[in-house]
Amino acid sequence: MTQAVRQLQVGRVGELVPRVDAPPKVKGEFAYASDLVVPGMLWGHTLRSPWSHARIVSIDISEAVSMPGVHAVLTHDDVPGQKTYGLEFPDQPVLAIDRVLYYGEPVALVAAEHPEQARRAADRIRVEYEPLEPVADMERALDSPDLHPEKPTRGHGYREDDRANVVRHLVIRHGDPDAEGDVSVSGYYEVGSQDQAFLGPESGLAVPDGEGGVDIYVATQWLHVDRAQVAPCLDLPLEQVRIHLAGVGGAFGGREDLSMQIHGALLALHTSRPVKIVYDREESFTGHVHRHPARMWCEHRARRDGKLVNVRFRILLDGGAYASSSTAVASNAASFALGPYESPNALIESTAVYTNNPPCGAMRGFGAVQTCFAAEAQMDRLAAALGIDPVELRLLNALKPGDVLPTGQAITGSMPVAECIRAAAALAPPAPEPLPRDVIRLPGGAGNTTNGDGVRRGVGFAVGFKNIAYSEGFDDYCAARVRLSPDAWAEVHCAAAEVGQGVTGVILQVARTELGIDDVRLAPGQTATVESAGSASASRMTWMAAGAVRDACRAALEEQARRPGEEVDVERIYRHPRTTPLDPETGQITGERAHVAFATCAMKVVTEVDVDLGLTRVVWIGAAQDVGRAVNPQQVEGQIEGGTAQGLGLALMEEIQTRDGLITNASFTDYLIPTALDMPPVESVLIEDPEPDAPYGVKGVGEPPTVVSSAAIASALRDATGRELTRIPVRPDDICL
Amino acid sequence: MDVLTPTTLVEALRLKAEHPDAWAIQGGTDLMVALNFDRARPERVLNLNEVRELRGFTRQNGSLRLASGLTYAEIEHGELRDELPALAEASRTVGSPQIRNRGTIGGNLGTASPAGDAIPPLAVERAEVECASVRGTRRVPVTDFITGVKRNALEQDELITAVWLSPSRAPQTFMKIGPRNAMVIAVVSLAVAADDELRACFGSAAPRPVLVTAPRDEASSFPERVAEAAAPIDDVRGSERYRRHALRVLTERALKRVLA
Amino acid sequence: MRVSLTINGERHEADCWEGESLLFALREKLGFPGSKNACEQGECGSCSVLYDGTLVCACLVLAAQADGHEVTTVEGLAEGEELHPVQQAFVDAGAVQCGFCTPGLVVATADLLRRSPDPSDDEIREALSGNLCRCTGYAKIFDAVRAAARS
Repeated sequence: MTQAVRQLQVGRVGELVPRVDAPPKVKGEFAYASDLVVPGMLWGHTLRSPWSHARIVSIDISEAVSMPGVHAVLTHDDVPGQKTYGLEFPDQPVLAIDRVLYYGEPVALVAAEHPEQARRAADRIRVEYEPLEPVADMERALDSPDLHPEKPTRGHGYREDDRANVVRHLVIRHGDPDAEGDVSVSGYYEVGSQDQAFLGPESGLAVPDGEGGVDIYVATQWLHVDRAQVAPCLDLPLEQVRIHLAGVGGAFGGREDLSMQIHGALLALHTSRPVKIVYDREESFTGHVHRHPARMWCEHRARRDGKLVNVRFRILLDGGAYASSSTAVASNAASFALGPYESPNALIESTAVYTNNPPCGAMRGFGAVQTCFAAEAQMDRLAAALGIDPVELRLLNALKPGDVLPTGQAITGSMPVAECIRAAAALAPPAPEPLPRDVIRLPGGAGNTTNGDGVRRGVGFAVGFKNIAYSEGFDDYCAARVRLSPDAWAEVHCAAAEVGQGVTGVILQVARTELGIDDVRLAPGQTATVESAGSASASRMTWMAAGAVRDACRAALEEQARRPGEEVDVERIYRHPRTTPLDPETGQITGERAHVAFATCAMKVVTEVDVDLGLTRVVWIGAAQDVGRAVNPQQVEGQIEGGTAQGLGLALMEEIQTRDGLITNASFTDYLIPTALDMPPVESVLIEDPEPDAPYGVKGVGEPPTVVSSAAIASALRDATGRELTRIPVRPDDICL
Repeated sequence: MDVLTPTTLVEALRLKAEHPDAWAIQGGTDLMVALNFDRARPERVLNLNEVRELRGFTRQNGSLRLASGLTYAEIEHGELRDELPALAEASRTVGSPQIRNRGTIGGNLGTASPAGDAIPPLAVERAEVECASVRGTRRVPVTDFITGVKRNALEQDELITAVWLSPSRAPQTFMKIGPRNAMVIAVVSLAVAADDELRACFGSAAPRPVLVTAPRDEASSFPERVAEAAAPIDDVRGSERYRRHALRVLTERALKRVLA
Repeated sequence: MRVSLTINGERHEADCWEGESLLFALREKLGFPGSKNACEQGECGSCSVLYDGTLVCACLVLAAQADGHEVTTVEGLAEGEELHPVQQAFVDAGAVQCGFCTPGLVVATADLLRRSPDPSDDEIREALSGNLCRCTGYAKIFDAVRAAARS
């Protein structure tokens, strides 16, 4: 919980600044992608596969095209350019060609005057499928028929692996992988598939420009990479495809991959009319990638005094039907598998596989969430086996500057792991509240299931960390353009996607700080007026946008000094320190670093568990997070609280359930996210240890709380129940049966 | 699609007789989901919102007549709370405040979901459903009214107009399990009342509600009896084993409350 | 069919397909996109409006049912440029991130404070338990509600 309302300031770096987008948002005036309306607009609708794996025998649109109000019915035949696309590997058809590989895969498109007409026409598209046996289990994928025999991810510098359905196989060998310790603990852990569940469903509006090109207004995380994927499929040069950022109703990784962009543009160009596509909630579950479900086998070996000697970790990730960012998720899961602890020896194996399950890709935490859950459970087990306090064990092994990661990378920047651990451990949770209480302050909440019977309290602790920005040689840059007027105002152009995280404020604060003026505006984000900003993901956007805007502002001031009294307009590209790929055989760095920088969050959690019914209530959470430097403390706290909530969801309730690859709970009735009665107060401590390589010393703050909170909550549930709880989300059955 | 909006009960019954295929809509909390997600496209919808006779509740000779348009919010916050405490507790667990403002007991019975939250507390009060048509009015016990999963005893030309019950004034309670602490469909739910006998009825644990009764002195075996009467299944919301286990625990706890 | 209703004190009319929700009509036909389309099944509260003074999910009201009724949307709360106290509190407390849930929460909070001007923390949590937020973890929303109650 935070102090109610604090003094708001004008808006330099480090100050507490109200968001410029907040007033229009509270008034209902902020234009989200689904709010867009233009005259003459048609509604697009996507016909999706009811099968998780099938051959398409035929598609007959003849009846659909003659339905009332229908302006277009399109199939793969109507894709004028490249038939496939993909965030990193173009393995995904724009519209299914001769087969479908997952439930909900787009097969055909309809544009009509009213969405109901489009739905009715879609009903009349006759698709004949020949269902095939789905590859539904990630462990059996390697022995199943190859879903992508052409191996789309081969030839990108990864380890050669001829087994079926391997997206990426990675091995990190560090020191002597056979080194023995005095004590060893082993465990097997599972993490279910989580949905980003952003509240604003995938939406956008495509407007033909009358000259063969198209403008796409869409909720996305990365405008320029959208353009790079859309243009080849439309067979258009880049400049004829202009992507504009429409209001984004949350993202959390789920808007990195394309949703309606190509589809809307195809319909708009085909009908010469603007076309709006808005997914409904059920469709949204098939409209974006999810967090990878994971299975993990771990062994931790340590000396009697608690020092880690060797960690062996095998990770299997279900990437679903298409590659998306699975190769990077597999690498991240491996890179952070040990948690923020030093071990002289390690053997880490990470494999992402193709299946006929829903495609998985980026979600807040990006591979580190899954391994943090397993690694922290192992640390608790090790502490118990050694009879050492779990916090002390973590402090003893905490990474610090100068230490070496399993990839061989030496930590050169900020790494205040011990400080985070000490600060979180020092937070005092509230004393147990006496009974009787209102049921909404008991496990089971409004369900009125207990008056205190069966309720036990548990305290948990965990630490998590992950990388900031992209890794392994990905050329990760951000552009900003500044128009500076002699009349003391400035306009900043930056394509950084405001997805709710507050990057708009960061940009304005940096510009005000650098330019020394208050009248600074941010122009709408679009591809036509400024170079790429890179993605609003990987906790990178604050760092990268701050760097780019700072550099552009400084350049503008220099330019203005050369040309006094004139308006100047300059664009600058900012790059973080370069990274290089991991060696495909050893998983060791091939240059100075594979990752740019790191951020840590330590968390203490108090839960109450009704051990007879398996129902839970998280009572209190204390977090200490390494934030580099807080650009806007209020927004940083908001990221910690919100990121913690998403981890709470994964720990307790959120899982996409599938049967033979078909999603069985694609709704907010059955895919549950935390409500106001599920979230406890979060007490957060910001550890400000400036990152030497970053502008103003900033670090990204969005992901570390999500990485750690599932693990910390699971730890508290174990303390309350005495159960192993090796799978999240923890089900009532796991506690009480 | 056609929307028919009668303003009197007589008109509503006439329209239902003329259009037996029409789907009745009151609070919309079920039917609208079906419409929004393209799961149903009824030819006709009979909008009961404007029929005053279907609002509120009345008392007649010691009996309560809850009109079918009575909302959960009215039960939760109004004067009925003291007379029908289990139904009031159940109402508090229904969806969200927004849903409770619109959802009605008539809708709960009409939908006839095994998870319907109002059904167990009405069953332990031996409530009867008033079904009306142009042919007349009849009453059916709640446990007979629900005939299966999303099936009820309503004739094609009938509407649910009310629920009748004589409040037992017995100590009673309602409990509902869900995977989070608000806004859930019941994984399993239970209402228990105790006067000269023990009565229990569960939700989400059988295709239709079953009223389980026992003499007061058989309280110790009652939890097992309730669990035995259930026929739960495995589904996305919970497992068969958990549901049966939870029913035992809930019954034990409910008895502790109502026999205290 | 023709639907005629009062929105934020003014009379409006629209031609609707009979199966349309009040939410769709408000957003796409009547020019009030402030109420949001997050789940369209009454599970998130993003489309919360006052319907004849009662807090409801606009997605669960058939547009035809709203004929002749009064609706207050998030667009009807502010007085011109002046934010409603609840809106101001949400801005000041940092209760807005992506903001997709915000209109529904603002309407639900205004409704709560009208019924209960000085709500307890439990009351706030329960009253807002039907409004999902995916970004904030709710803490700053509760701060905003408490601040609005004080103002």
